[in-house]
Amino acid sequence: MTETLIEAEEKVADPLLPTFAFIKRVIWETDDTFTLFVDSPAINGRLFSFRPGQFNMVYAFGSGESAISISSDPSRPSVIAHTIHKVGTVTTSLSSLRRGDMIGIRGPFGAGWPIDRAVGKDVCIVTGGIGIAPLRPAIYSLIKRRAEFGRIIILYGARSPLDLLYRVELEAWSKVPNVEVIVTVDRGDSSWKGHIGVVTNLFSYVKVESQDTIAMVCGPEIMMKFTVEELQRRGFENDQIFLSLERNMKCGIGLCGHCQLGPKFICKDGPVFQLSDVSHLLEKKEV
Amino acid sequence: MANNGFEQPVFKIQSDEMQRLLDALRQNGYRTLGPIIKDEAIVYDEISTVGDLPRGWTDEQGPASYRLVKRNDDAYFGFNVPAQSWKKFLYPSERELFRVRRDSRVQSPSENRESSLKYAFIGVRPCELKAISIQDRVFTSTEYKDESYSGIRHGLFIVAVNCTSSGDDCFCASMKTGPMAKRHFDLSLTEVIAPSEHYFLVEHGNELGASFVRGLNATEASEAEMNVAGDLIERAGKQTRRIEIDRTPELLSARLDHPEWNVVAKKCLTCGNCTLVCPTCFCSTVEDTTDLIGSFATRRRKWDSCFTLDFAKVAGGNFRMTSRSRYRQWVTHKLSTWVEQFGTLGCVGCGRCITWCPVGIDIISEVQKITET
Amino acid sequence: MQSHDLTGSLHNHPFLKDMDQELISTLTSCASNVVFLEGRYLFHEGEDAKTFYLLRAGRVALEAGASERGQIRIQTLGPGEVLGWSWLIAPYRWHFDAYAVEQVHAFAIDATCLREKSETDWHFGYEMLRRFSEVLERRLEATRLQLLDVYGTSRGEKSEKF
Repeated sequence: MTETLIEAEEKVADPLLPTFAFIKRVIWETDDTFTLFVDSPAINGRLFSFRPGQFNMVYAFGSGESAISISSDPSRPSVIAHTIHKVGTVTTSLSSLRRGDMIGIRGPFGAGWPIDRAVGKDVCIVTGGIGIAPLRPAIYSLIKRRAEFGRIIILYGARSPLDLLYRVELEAWSKVPNVEVIVTVDRGDSSWKGHIGVVTNLFSYVKVESQDTIAMVCGPEIMMKFTVEELQRRGFENDQIFLSLERNMKCGIGLCGHCQLGPKFICKDGPVFQLSDVSHLLEKKEV
Repeated sequence: MANNGFEQPVFKIQSDEMQRLLDALRQNGYRTLGPIIKDEAIVYDEISTVGDLPRGWTDEQGPASYRLVKRNDDAYFGFNVPAQSWKKFLYPSERELFRVRRDSRVQSPSENRESSLKYAFIGVRPCELKAISIQDRVFTSTEYKDESYSGIRHGLFIVAVNCTSSGDDCFCASMKTGPMAKRHFDLSLTEVIAPSEHYFLVEHGNELGASFVRGLNATEASEAEMNVAGDLIERAGKQTRRIEIDRTPELLSARLDHPEWNVVAKKCLTCGNCTLVCPTCFCSTVEDTTDLIGSFATRRRKWDSCFTLDFAKVAGGNFRMTSRSRYRQWVTHKLSTWVEQFGTLGCVGCGRCITWCPVGIDIISEVQKITET
Repeated sequence: MQSHDLTGSLHNHPFLKDMDQELISTLTSCASNVVFLEGRYLFHEGEDAKTFYLLRAGRVALEAGASERGQIRIQTLGPGEVLGWSWLIAPYRWHFDAYAVEQVHAFAIDATCLREKSETDWHFGYEMLRRFSEVLERRLEATRLQLLDVYGTSRGEKSEKF
């Protein structure tokens, strides 16, 4: 052959083929959001392992695939969890599955949260809605290595008290030394004793210093935009702020072109980005 | 070496040796693919004899315009670029990814079915060679390779043909991708119709190519013959359609708010023709189906286009609702962001997007308006 | 309540951060320390807005009485925040009910006193207005974000295939 770019390749499984895994447990977190726990499959003969913030392409028989963040503890990779918001065809198909059913998995894909960069620093986690799912593995990891970090501040907003995910975990995390958890809802009722208001309001109740702090933010893009403004107002530089972005994904491995944001492929360059690498792209509409 | 662009050794074969070359490739297990006339256009398809080639025909191209015209000679390769590029063979528009039974037993398509394919492309233009090398990067240079593409690409034999004329939509010269092939080929031909003879100059790019030259009735080309061929190629490079490419990537990404994007969006039908004919466009989607009783499901990959409304759609909304943003995505990807992604531009100057745009949107003049004003 | 006791505490409230000592003294002369037990209302919609509160502890919910839908909680306010600006704009009436979700400790600032001082001391009046504008701006921004209902894709509208 000519001097092409193709080299003799070692034989690996086709990354476009899913591996099938048994569902062990289904937990309905809210009336439209559920978590599927599966026995993690061996991929390419290796045990499945992942970094906090990575995602899988989860396949429902005949309906298709959806990019779903892994929401379980990375130090326990034998069972992996996907917390899924039932919104479209694929996620609706997934929502009908029960223990013993199978789903297809491709992954883990993408870049995760900068846990190691946060060593020796405070961590400020700001999240909204289903955005807490990709952050849960990061929180598990931070707490597991508690002594290596300073304060851990978790600010979480949901639409209503009934939409709050991981209530048990939130409660448990709040009891860990030097971990502050503050929760708010956009819409409350008289039975809700907690905060009502958007997640950015929570900055009023907690001391967040920009110095030696890493911020990890995940939620709807508008919520992240307001959060970033709030962090910047508190002196955060863009290289201290990390966001997890969402785009349409078909392949998860940078080949289908769907998830582009300017020169970035969200699936392989992200989904977690340092804000300084993407802020100029997020400022423009419809990039 | 004279300044005619050729690198020694250069051989010369008479035009009727073409059949011998085709035969040799086929005897070596290659499926020979090349230009033929079909549906009033020149397209790439299977060929077995030189009689299949569009001998004596050329094409006239312009914005939203394509037609075949008879030449006054018998040139085999006297046309410009065909409607579709070679992409359709290396990266088929549709491919089954897998089939799975309800019990989740995957019936993967026969293992490595593509790696046994041996294609020989006859008549690859320099711009298309560049396009192939760009897709090589897209599909095979990153962490995850496209196995299907790699398989087909691995068995590919490339016979390039240098351009001795240019179409009205060609702009390879300013993109520095043509009109002469310098590398990435097994064999490279230059067709010359002299008053007394019709011949090809032949270069080989590697030992495999050289082995085929040895099987032909080839003589060493003279300096004069190389000069004649070099002149033809040089003339083809004198194109009126040009782009100032060096600063374009930077200027385009700085001008995402330029008013021209709105103007062109009013014309653009977002039909996606440009992405289909583009030799480097690689976007795809998948389609999942089941049989009627739901006992097995199939997943197919298909070409997609960033011009479709659903392209950037997610559960909670759509990142590119307007045709302005979709046209802008395509142009900035081709001529700007591609560089950061793959270390090369995503445009080779073949001009197909201009020819096949049903409303004649001209990427060159759009880029000029955006970068120069 | 002795005003000199309050000066020091008022100084620490975020709303008055970096305020001149002199202006704080002026404010202190209109201030008192108040406590509301859990379940009490600080004020009701339609009442004269005679006070505003600098919250120190506890949580207050702003509620709108929406007859057939009962009381709707719009927002909660907590330590370090300001409750109420209806005292600032005629006809000085509250637009919402303020309910103590938890026991609330606050500085109550007498509005009549404050309005009088602002009229006579424009420097003080301007400083108060400036600080209130900031609060108003932030709260308007938060309200806009709330209005966007950013987590609301699931209810009502169904989106297409993901």
